[in-house]
Amino acid sequence: MSAQPIAFVNARLVDPQSDYDGPGGLLTAHGKIAQMFRGAIDSAAGDGRTIDCKGALLCPGLIDLRVKTGEPGAEPKETLKSAARAAASGGVTSIVVQPDTDPVIDDPAVVDFILRRARDIELVHVYPAGAMTKGLNGEAMAEIGLMREAGCLYVTNADLPIADSRLMRRILAYAHGLGVLVCHRPADTWLTQGSAATESEFSGRLGLAAEPVAAETIMLERDIALVDLTGARLLVDQISAAAPLESLARAKARGLPILATASINHLSFNELDIGDYRTFCKLTPPLRGESDRQALIEALASGLVDIVVSAHAPAPAEDKRLPYEEAAAGAIGLETLLPALLTLHHEGHVPLARLIRAVTLAPAEAVGLAAGRLSVGSPADLVVCDIDAPRQIDAASLISKSKNSAFDGRRLQGSVLMTLVDGRIVHEA
Amino acid sequence: MTANAPGADDVHNRTFPFPRRHFLSVTDLDPIQVGELLDLADGFVALNRQTTKKADLLKGRTLINLFFEASTRTQSSFELAGKRLGADVINMSPRASSIVKGETLVDTAVTLNAMRPDILVIRHGASGAASLLSQKVSCSVINAGDGQHEHPSQALLDVLSMRRAFGRVDGLIVAICGDVLHSRVARSNVALLTMLGANVRVVGPASLMPPAVDRWGVEAHHDMKSGIAGADVVMMLRLQLERMQGAFVPSTREYFRLWGLDREKLARAAKGVRVMHPGPMNRGVEIDSDVADDPQVSLVQDQVEMGVAVRMAILACLAARLDNQP
Repeated sequence: MSAQPIAFVNARLVDPQSDYDGPGGLLTAHGKIAQMFRGAIDSAAGDGRTIDCKGALLCPGLIDLRVKTGEPGAEPKETLKSAARAAASGGVTSIVVQPDTDPVIDDPAVVDFILRRARDIELVHVYPAGAMTKGLNGEAMAEIGLMREAGCLYVTNADLPIADSRLMRRILAYAHGLGVLVCHRPADTWLTQGSAATESEFSGRLGLAAEPVAAETIMLERDIALVDLTGARLLVDQISAAAPLESLARAKARGLPILATASINHLSFNELDIGDYRTFCKLTPPLRGESDRQALIEALASGLVDIVVSAHAPAPAEDKRLPYEEAAAGAIGLETLLPALLTLHHEGHVPLARLIRAVTLAPAEAVGLAAGRLSVGSPADLVVCDIDAPRQIDAASLISKSKNSAFDGRRLQGSVLMTLVDGRIVHEA
Repeated sequence: MTANAPGADDVHNRTFPFPRRHFLSVTDLDPIQVGELLDLADGFVALNRQTTKKADLLKGRTLINLFFEASTRTQSSFELAGKRLGADVINMSPRASSIVKGETLVDTAVTLNAMRPDILVIRHGASGAASLLSQKVSCSVINAGDGQHEHPSQALLDVLSMRRAFGRVDGLIVAICGDVLHSRVARSNVALLTMLGANVRVVGPASLMPPAVDRWGVEAHHDMKSGIAGADVVMMLRLQLERMQGAFVPSTREYFRLWGLDREKLARAAKGVRVMHPGPMNRGVEIDSDVADDPQVSLVQDQVEMGVAVRMAILACLAARLDNQP
């Protein structure tokens, strides 16, 4: 399907590749960016549609490397289609779905299933991440090579860390040999067993089973040592606290090929948001203290943390309306990712261009996508956003099939006016 | 007995509407309200010692005891308290095996709520369970123990026992000893006792101490001898058997040697020290029978008696609030 050419004028362009943040416009044709204009431009020649952005932000569409859906296996939670619709309305043009589905994405046939469903839905780009181990069992390596051939973007064991260091070493070495990126959640499974919160004075008073931050530091240090041993590239999944950030900084300073993501939730909330056992704020990893959140924001601003993910994890009311320790972990986030990120800009913590890079170019480069930049010839995956528009999040009015938003009731700024995928308008406010 | 304990006759005049519709945590109350509640409970102690123990403050009310965890004394205490105040009381003890598969805690409570009880007393193994239910039902909810979080009526009965034994709570040195980490009794007692001006210590092995416990406004001791030195009250906590076999402490005998309460350790406490235990006791594990059964020292039986009176006071005040609401 070929899209009509569209000219965008009078925009605030933010391009993470060239570090340009200023007035401009662009022209799309045949699903690609055909022409770029820098400087004030308020009209364009040509026979296509012209969109006056009226000063709104125009940047590459967001690339979200960590999205859970319920398809296949738990479609009432979220289908690929409902997730894609949520993504489009949130300005997210590429999502990478996690392998912890039923069946698990540990087989090229399931990779192929996801890609074919995505083609039929024809909204945003949907890519699968493959499982590192068969059935995510943490014991036997999955068919990483065949899944890569079928089209998976990287491999991960989702929320379940690989406790066995020997297996982790072999997976890193094997995947590296095939050029496949490994993504791993750093958590010492002995320390996190049964935990529902971060160990602290606060969780102690609530009487919740809790894990120390050291659980994350220990596993990250192990993974860093294994990267050193194997030379493999590693994507650290959802780093969340000050101590592991120090480990990450040391590893990066030594030039090890390590990248890290942070979830928007850990950049936006701290452990006190659990409040009176609010299960929508029960996450994996659990929310940390405020000093950890501040360290995370600083790490994002400095580039120590490369990528921000939504960690979209739908859970229906029946899985959340339980006592805290028994409730499902996770929160949806596709529709709130951009406005929540913009909060960090509005509060003056992180420059806008740096924020945009963390959800566009940085993830694109990590997994080898051509999107995520504004240059002639790259895919016309774009988002137009009024970054100042105030809104109060009402979970019930979100598109996701599950309404477990940690941002419910929060006041944010930023309204997505239009989302384009391959030059097609997939969302228009 | 304190000299000015009110008689059974004036309990009617002493009830006051509870500050909140539910009773979930000792922090729902301020020190003045705690004092009034304890005064009222004193009246109920007098009533409970009479031949006729009936009052009609809860006449026509329905009380449901919903206990997901086994309990002898708390459940029978709430049951007696309700019955002596004239309420209809039913006990439900849904064991995990007999709950209809798939029915959640909230569903069970909402179902019971539809039968229009006035007060739901709940005990559940998960922290925050009582708070969760209080948001989903229209009746009043009393927390009779939620996981490792709170057991507020226990703390009130402990404080009443102390106040009757010493005539005051303010300034008492109270050592709470044993498995503080897993204890809801300890959490409620720390919050209530510090609110009332007692000097609270927590004593036990470091592996059974909550993180950052020194920020709870208490002194933390890992050595029993220093922990109970000069204490007016030594409150022993129950150690769950499954936590003794190498997971948190190496063995029962090592635990008893280092943290079990016997005469020798108790000799370091203040003159006139009283020993408390929320029960049920593991004799020879956390407490020596010699100490537990000494009426000069042990307040254990008083605690049980005060339990009924305190729960009558809680029920009467919650009902007084219900009376004010159409």
